[in-house]
Amino acid sequence: MLNVGKIEEGFVLDHIQAGKSMSIYEHLGLDKMDCTVAIIKNARSKIMGKKDILKVECDIDTLDLNVLAFIDHNITINVIKAGEIIEKRSLKLPKEVRNVIKCRNPRCITSIEQELPHIFFLADEEKEIYRCKYCEEKYSQKDKF
Amino acid sequence: MRHLMSPLDFTTEELDELFDLAADIEIDPEKYAHVCDGKILATAFYEPSTRTRLSFEAAMLRLGGKVIGFSDAGSSSAAKGESVSDTIKVISQYADICAMRHPKEGAAFVAASKSEIPVINAGDGGHQHPTQTLADLMTIRSMHGKLDGFKIGLCGDLKFGRTVHSLINALVRYDDISFVFISPPELRVPDYITDMLKEKNIPYQEVIKLEDVIADLDMLYMTRVQKERFFNEEDYVRLKDFYILTKEKMDLASKDMLVLHPLPRVNEISVEVDEDPRACYFKQVKYGMYVRMALIMTLLEIDTEAG
Repeated sequence: MLNVGKIEEGFVLDHIQAGKSMSIYEHLGLDKMDCTVAIIKNARSKIMGKKDILKVECDIDTLDLNVLAFIDHNITINVIKAGEIIEKRSLKLPKEVRNVIKCRNPRCITSIEQELPHIFFLADEEKEIYRCKYCEEKYSQKDKF
Repeated sequence: MRHLMSPLDFTTEELDELFDLAADIEIDPEKYAHVCDGKILATAFYEPSTRTRLSFEAAMLRLGGKVIGFSDAGSSSAAKGESVSDTIKVISQYADICAMRHPKEGAAFVAASKSEIPVINAGDGGHQHPTQTLADLMTIRSMHGKLDGFKIGLCGDLKFGRTVHSLINALVRYDDISFVFISPPELRVPDYITDMLKEKNIPYQEVIKLEDVIADLDMLYMTRVQKERFFNEEDYVRLKDFYILTKEKMDLASKDMLVLHPLPRVNEISVEVDEDPRACYFKQVKYGMYVRMALIMTLLEIDTEAG
């Protein structure tokens, strides 16, 4: 098994659905940061079978946790200080997300007015359904990414 | 400042006030003939809609106000590439209130978010057309006397019919209403509507033939079944007559059953039915104007006692 060393300061995103880590890497803007990032794909997991893990050496507050929660609210966040886990954070589906996904409805006003932000609001928390703020087009978990 | 984007923007209590005002306008139009003196309504119509635009214009003129506007995108700055946001900011400098029709869904919402004046969604693509729903509710209230305790049949294209979905969503807020959906299988009401009705324990039934249920209805809301919605010609030919309201079918209905239609009608209601006192669809147009008058006054915060 491949070993990736501990990090001293930063956070670990655990229980990422296998195959989703690169999408998260991009949506969190980690590609634009110069901190150390380890992307572990298809790690063995008792609960999930396979999972992805991201280890990031930067301050957790630089992250937009809403984006992360929208992508997958089952991800757990371990905050690391001095090499130890000092906090575990769970995620809740955000009430609203901006410019994370685009409305796919060709009849939506956002399809012709490019400068408009793509805003989705949480319409049904139980079914994890979001709707476009303009045209109310539905986006469910399976449509994401 | 308030806008109207969806029929559900107003609570049922607020709608009652709006309909009370519309009813008073109907009784005594003179009283309201000058309440909007000096006010300007802009009709920003990015696609043709003679009926709705005329209704808004008539409403404002009958309140004493004036009207400016455009009636298709080609004659507006949209043709030069101006955004809805910029257009409404400009309109806000000229007018006191704006009714906007746009082919893209959510356009009126964008306008409202940037506007300095109240915006009324006069139809945004297949999304919302709230003043049609208000006209439907006003007609039901005026002709039936109340907005609860009836069985309504909705007939025709229940799958794509925006006015039908809007009306159902508005009616479920009232007590003791049951629905009968009359449509070909291809044009059934969408699952999200029947799921919602199940969740709220609101009775409904789905049938194919109008004759089977017309006798039980307090109200019949007709819509057009378009040939192009069918998968094949054979089904269309087989089913189309089920959805044409004739004098013979009216004979099967109760003597009080109201017939509504959002118009324009093509052939789904025989012209001979127009003479039937139960046919309310032209009255619906008039109630649509009264309710738009009441809406303009409400959004402009004009003192209803001022007249």
